[in-house]
Amino acid sequence: MGSSLESIFRPFEPADAERSDRSAGDRARHRLKVRESIRDNIADIIAEESIIGKDRDKIIKVPIRGIREYRFVYGDNAAGVGQGTGDSENGQVVGKVKGGQRGEDKAGDQPGTDYYETDVTLEELIDIMFEDLELPDLERKALRQIEAHRIAKRKGYRQVGIRVRLDKRRTVRERVKRKLASRRHRDAAALEQPGDVGETAELAPRFPFHDDDLVYRRMIMDVKKESNAVVICVMDTSGSMDTMKKYLARSFFFLLYQFICTKYRNVEIVFIAHHTEANEVTEGEFFHKGESGGTFISSGYGKALEIIQARYHPSLWNVYAFHCSDGDNFDSDNPAALRAAKDLAEVCNLFGYGEIKPLGSRYYESSMLNIFRRLDADNFQTVLIERKEDIWPSFKAFLAKDRGREQAGE
Amino acid sequence: MSSYALKDLEYWDARIREKVAEFGLNCFPQEFEICDHGQMLGYMAYSGMPSHYPHWSYGKAYEKLKTLYDYGVQGIPYEMVINANPSLAYLMRDNSLCLQILTIAHVYGHNDFFRNNFTFKSTRPEFTIGTFKAHADRVRRYADSPSIGLEKVETFLDAAHSLSLQCRRNLAVKKLSEPEERQRLIAAATPPADPFQRIHRRQEMTEPDLRRVPPSPEEDVLLFIRDHNPFLQEWEKDLLTIVHEEAGYFIPQIETKIMNEGWASLFHKRILDALELPQELQIEFIVRHNQVVRPIPGGLNPYQLGIRTWEDIERRGDRPTPDERETLPPAKTGRDLLFETREVDRDASFLRRWLHERLMRDLDLFRYEPKGEDLVVSEVSDTDGWRTVKETLVKTVGMGSIPVIRIEDADHNHNRTILLSHAHDGRDLQLEYAEKTLAYIHRLWGRDVVLETMVNGKRTFLAYGDRGFSAKAAK
Repeated sequence: MGSSLESIFRPFEPADAERSDRSAGDRARHRLKVRESIRDNIADIIAEESIIGKDRDKIIKVPIRGIREYRFVYGDNAAGVGQGTGDSENGQVVGKVKGGQRGEDKAGDQPGTDYYETDVTLEELIDIMFEDLELPDLERKALRQIEAHRIAKRKGYRQVGIRVRLDKRRTVRERVKRKLASRRHRDAAALEQPGDVGETAELAPRFPFHDDDLVYRRMIMDVKKESNAVVICVMDTSGSMDTMKKYLARSFFFLLYQFICTKYRNVEIVFIAHHTEANEVTEGEFFHKGESGGTFISSGYGKALEIIQARYHPSLWNVYAFHCSDGDNFDSDNPAALRAAKDLAEVCNLFGYGEIKPLGSRYYESSMLNIFRRLDADNFQTVLIERKEDIWPSFKAFLAKDRGREQAGE
Repeated sequence: MSSYALKDLEYWDARIREKVAEFGLNCFPQEFEICDHGQMLGYMAYSGMPSHYPHWSYGKAYEKLKTLYDYGVQGIPYEMVINANPSLAYLMRDNSLCLQILTIAHVYGHNDFFRNNFTFKSTRPEFTIGTFKAHADRVRRYADSPSIGLEKVETFLDAAHSLSLQCRRNLAVKKLSEPEERQRLIAAATPPADPFQRIHRRQEMTEPDLRRVPPSPEEDVLLFIRDHNPFLQEWEKDLLTIVHEEAGYFIPQIETKIMNEGWASLFHKRILDALELPQELQIEFIVRHNQVVRPIPGGLNPYQLGIRTWEDIERRGDRPTPDERETLPPAKTGRDLLFETREVDRDASFLRRWLHERLMRDLDLFRYEPKGEDLVVSEVSDTDGWRTVKETLVKTVGMGSIPVIRIEDADHNHNRTILLSHAHDGRDLQLEYAEKTLAYIHRLWGRDVVLETMVNGKRTFLAYGDRGFSAKAAK
């Protein structure tokens, strides 16, 4: 005791610190669990405005519900003891009841928080979202494939080549083989003339590489067959489309674009804004520029057909078109719109119409859903979006229509 | 370590050890490891153990700590100490020299407490690190075994972890084996020998039910399941043992949080005051010390509650008020009281014995209750209310925050249903958590599970069976 108390200091070792990521394995498995939980709650996460329209490589923070560790804990009616600043009085409010969020901590002396943020790249999130969705219409016509060349695929070895592709290991092996072979030859010769053995042994040490020993890696061109797709976003920007409606439309287009990107290598996107007449616009204008006036849906479809004809011929491109509107079309335009929609359905792999009617908006407004019901095309699908929670289900329904068609077609 | 070298730490450590001896602390040999914040987070996620078995929940703990740290919500504690012999402590290399000195002194306080407090007597500190290593090796072996695999091990551990703290709280009391327990029941039921039995009527003897399993209500849920479910594999039984043993190591720390932190803070303050630090260090020290023992309005700072109570205990010994002089044994100095208390109390008894009205009023302790959405102060530490506040505090510290669940009958209704009872003390169980935890017990036990508890003042049976969860009010 006393002065016999001993102590040791173990100094900091940077090498240890680098090596000591001991929780890596446990973190990875925790992440797997989080991934599962994200998949289960995907609809809520998509409804979060913050993820829409972000860069694919960007890391985003997804607020997720922690994977809970259940044990017996006390509920909300438990009293506790706290500490004030010296002037506490009966009846003073000191905090909020946190429903069901207790019991995270071992000691239980701090209220546990169940929410925390996790970093996910958008890419990863999209992978999770689309894991169980299949884009069915991938019949590949010959012309749809554009060959992309890539050097750098190894295929075997050869005797000639450029210096950088020399395979040293195999070259040395070749030399060893040759050396052994020649020694056997020499031994055979020595047997015939025993007198010369000593002399040959002295000459033996130098055994240089020969051109025949050199082995080069063989590289071939890698040809990848890739396919093209174009996403055509058509949106009604008439006066009746307010910010909320545009946000819902934007979310839907975002999903569609991201999903198509996972299936095709070369994806282009076209934005068409229309009121009574249609224009091709940039992404920024598409979502932010307010227009006013009435609506001729046929104008938007006409413009889409025009662009497809000019730049994205259906024999070369997989065309996905989607139109968002609040359905408030001029009555006189309806027959023309129906006809244009029919034409569009013929050239597109998939053509969709989404009617955006946020809850609370007048329900008896004119609706295009009734008109389009008359359009009898396999690859045409209408969805109704009333609030942001609808986006994911309607997106799934949109693709499911197509899947159904494929199964029927086979 | 930028502005100072290891030599400096060793110099101050030597001086601190002199003071430790002067103050009469009785410590294990001490090892300090200097680490960076990444390693520190790693150690924290695994409760400071240099080696620990893998489970995803530790990955979660790490992410959570890291999120809090990255966002600056919560700093990293200055130090971590492990109850082991020799004791092991981690120091953060980025801390200033003053903080390191403070931390080293604080560590010796914990070290002394671990060595001398009675709750830690059951933890076998000389084997701590080895035991955790052995557990880790065994769990890894099961995870690597092709016939078991990580997936099975981890899901089994999920279930075991949910019950790890459902065990006996006072480990200083000897646990009776089942035969001993039966003997005790018989002895308790037998009427005491009566010297006047000729003139007295013979006392009735009610026979205890000796066939019942467990003979008397059992709190060690994991061990009971291990010993009474014949369908568990050997590796599963071993996992239950491991989880139980690790909980047994941590329970003393949960039980003495306030005392332990208060004790270490009391002595780091005294040691540093006695060291006569150079002025610039002294000023930083005062700032840091006050941060550590500041009140947290709305919460409860165990450091502050602890140090204030300890200081008051010493005062009572040295300068008792006239009332106190009557209740205290004579001729005990403040120092005697301090060192005696650090040996024989745990948080609940510590506060029950030593917390009194004046101290509570100084600390402005209050009792809060949920009322609708809000937590509302229901009682403050005034002459009428302090007893209620104290009672609530004593009930909620340490293992008081964990509901007491006992196994009543392993053959309920004669079909091997396990009957549990919750010792209800006014606090209801959180039902969602109870449901999920019952599902875990069902997994471990393999048959139906019934838990008797109170929900909103009504006796209720929560059951979990093959057909899922059900809750039924008792008739």
